[in-house]
Amino acid sequence: MQTDKTRYWLLAAPALAVMIVFYIWPLVNIWAISMTEPALGFGNYVKMTESQAVQTSFVITFRVAALTTVICVLLGYICAYSITNVIRSARPLLIAMVLLPFWVSVLIRSFAWIVLLGRSGLANDAMRDLGLIDTPMRLMHNEFGVILAMVHVMLPFAVLPMMANMRGIDRAYTEAARGLGASEFTAFRMVYLPQTLPGVASGALLVFVLSLGFYITPALLGGGRVLMVSEYITYQIQEFLNWGLGTAISVALLVATALVLIVAARFVNLRSALLERS
Amino acid sequence: MSAPKTAPETVPGGPASAFRIAMGTGGWLVAAFLALPILVVIPVSLTDTSYIGLPKDGLSLQHYESYFTSARWLGGTAASILVGLAVALISTVLGAAFAIGCWFLGDRAATIARWVLIVPILVPPVVQSLGFYRFWVTLGLIDTWTGVILAHTLLALPYVSISVFAALANLDPKLPQAARSLGASVWRTVWEVVVPAARPGMITGAVFAFIVSFDEIVSVLFITVRRVETLPKLIWEGIQDNIDPTIAVVATVLVLVTLVLAGAVAVRRT
Repeated sequence: MQTDKTRYWLLAAPALAVMIVFYIWPLVNIWAISMTEPALGFGNYVKMTESQAVQTSFVITFRVAALTTVICVLLGYICAYSITNVIRSARPLLIAMVLLPFWVSVLIRSFAWIVLLGRSGLANDAMRDLGLIDTPMRLMHNEFGVILAMVHVMLPFAVLPMMANMRGIDRAYTEAARGLGASEFTAFRMVYLPQTLPGVASGALLVFVLSLGFYITPALLGGGRVLMVSEYITYQIQEFLNWGLGTAISVALLVATALVLIVAARFVNLRSALLERS
Repeated sequence: MSAPKTAPETVPGGPASAFRIAMGTGGWLVAAFLALPILVVIPVSLTDTSYIGLPKDGLSLQHYESYFTSARWLGGTAASILVGLAVALISTVLGAAFAIGCWFLGDRAATIARWVLIVPILVPPVVQSLGFYRFWVTLGLIDTWTGVILAHTLLALPYVSISVFAALANLDPKLPQAARSLGASVWRTVWEVVVPAARPGMITGAVFAFIVSFDEIVSVLFITVRRVETLPKLIWEGIQDNIDPTIAVVATVLVLVTLVLAGAVAVRRT
């Protein structure tokens, strides 16, 4: 049997080796750079904690990620609920509408929002033609535009786990509550909602973690005015070639993400939320 | 009182209450918010103006012409398709072998290995791209197709591993055991018993891997310079430099291809 085990490891080994050598090792190297460039020690981390700009960037990142998560959970819950429990004949259409953005690249979706929200974008044109505004409103290059587009990108990540969870819920409990005289809303709030919380938690975790490190949409719709951490790092590297500070902030972002996961592990089954999601 | 359940699969109907109407309407509004903004690229791609906007005096195919006659755009499109196919092939082979090995092992070490393989889902794209850049410089892989395929394979592996493992959840461990006790070697058991069971997961994984690679932009921005150009990189540069309606054409083509493929899959399933 020992030799069988070796053979199974031989199957698993190539992918694992590739991942460790070409992915994990370069990540460890990022940490090493932060400790050695330009000088050995914690200099970059001291600089990072003293920098007002870095602090502002982290505050913006957590605020945008938190708002995106809350909005995604609220909208996603309504959508998942209505797909599972309300809409019947048009359900495949509704599911297709939720999945469509999933298959269209983030770049294309961000571009669509730029077309809609820009100074001479379709939203501003339409409002001017309707006589609602005289001068174009600023709909992007601010947190509003970034969060709107991020909610659009992240919403399917919230809907899908919640839908999977709701599909597994037996309606008998809610019906029993109704039969015992609870109003529809009370039955929902007291009986149905608590059963859906695991799905809500996995959806929220996924959205929050992905939002923390998100680069494309904030960079395109923020126009340099909503500097989230990922964009701040690229500025440090590409504009100032400041690898020491850039990698130190990277390590901080990575640690922040890990802390979120560790805290979340108390409320969410990480195994089913990440490792076994389908 | 709600209507009695007829069958477990049907959604309980009941009278249309305010709660149900509110939830139903909300569901439609959210779905519209998800689907409609993407479709805005279609009218814009047909604009007769030289800037991004709705058609003014009539529809025009001029931007389609400039996409389909531009060596740069077509080259980028072909490159992204080829890279995506290579990534799908490599990551599906590596990832399926990995998931099958871990499925047989089923111990703590295998679970840890599975966690290691999904790390790329959780690490911020910019951070991992910095890592790629520095290591690829050492390896001489900057601005090479090999470098891009390698990076994308790493980013696709988590999805292949997850979907193959999910497919194997339905395989009874007694089946390969029976094959083994009847004298089949480990390799023959894997090939003739386990791989067929894993096939649906491998197909899903390969599709995911292709899409991950086809859409990937952040690592490409870091590890390529001028020689290697993928479609997302051209779109990214197009959005940054000047807002040219050709991007709307590319977006429209991609959205329509997505719709057609999704429709074809849906029709085949029913």
